[in-house]
Amino acid sequence: MVMNALQAEIDRDLKDAALIRAIQDGLPLVDRPYAAIGRDIGLDEQQVIARIRRLQADGDIKRFGVVVRHRELGYRANAMVVWDLPDEWVDRLGQNIGRMPFVTLSYRRPRRLPDWPYNLFTMIHGRDRAAVLKQVEQIKRRMGLTDVRCAVLFGGRRFKQRGAHYGVETPPPEAKPGQRLLDFPDRKSASGNHPAPAF
Amino acid sequence: MNGQSPADRFDAIDRRLLNDFQNGFPLSPRPYADMAEALGIGEAEVISRLRNLTDRGAISRVGPVFRPKRVGTSTLAAMAVPPDRLEEVAAVVSGYQEVNHNYEREHDFNLWFVLTGEDERHLSRVMGDISQRTGLTVLDLPMLAEYHIDLGFPLQW
Repeated sequence: MVMNALQAEIDRDLKDAALIRAIQDGLPLVDRPYAAIGRDIGLDEQQVIARIRRLQADGDIKRFGVVVRHRELGYRANAMVVWDLPDEWVDRLGQNIGRMPFVTLSYRRPRRLPDWPYNLFTMIHGRDRAAVLKQVEQIKRRMGLTDVRCAVLFGGRRFKQRGAHYGVETPPPEAKPGQRLLDFPDRKSASGNHPAPAF
Repeated sequence: MNGQSPADRFDAIDRRLLNDFQNGFPLSPRPYADMAEALGIGEAEVISRLRNLTDRGAISRVGPVFRPKRVGTSTLAAMAVPPDRLEEVAAVVSGYQEVNHNYEREHDFNLWFVLTGEDERHLSRVMGDISQRTGLTVLDLPMLAEYHIDLGFPLQW
């Protein structure tokens, strides 16, 4: 019994891994994309759809749809805006700020005193700097944070950006002997998994 | 890409393709036909427009955004680098395969990078190594809670 359950779980994980590999660079632009993916990995159309649905329900897929490139659409400014919030406020404010439409990430991270007093990290995109700063003001006003210490760190040069591929550490079928399997190839942009420079 | 404002480069249908389907993409056998119906155009036109938007760099893909950190662990690190050493230190940091993203920000802490590895000990070792090689402190700022719900990004034209 135990072995069967374990085997079933392993099979499920292997199929999920194959599915994730098949979709992580996007659905094929053909009339029946889920059927096409299924053909490559030995599932039928309905099984592919059901598994994607489950990955979404489990939270492994955060969002499924058109992933745009902000920078190419004219969103050239991004800032990491960090806040020094009382610890008892950070969960609630982190959620509320994270719901504002121009905020693409909202994370709690530890302070590192005395150098670093900030405990909430939010990411804001705008067409230019002025737009980003206006949005920061909007957050402060709406959340009642005008007296809270914050810093706006505009993004500068990108020294390295490699797509954060999903960590499925199984070799792709086309891997050649000697090829390094754990290094995913560089991608032009990681936009989506991490909009513009991730943090 | 240059000069022209994005609003000039995308017609009304393109804008809706870019904006309305970032979330809740149809999980039906013919998703592009469902999109076509919502837009009042044909399935083949949806497919050719999506291909065109991809070729023009406006779309990275039609597909999933995965939750980070399902396997292994990651952290965000920051360093306050004297401006005249920034490129040199950035090159040291970028040399580690554990580093995915490494970029400048305007602040005393001006170098920020994301490290991914098998566990926290592994990442601590890399940060200690960077610190020793550069003579600079590395702040380790792991995620403690994620608050954002990713529903895509409403575009303003």
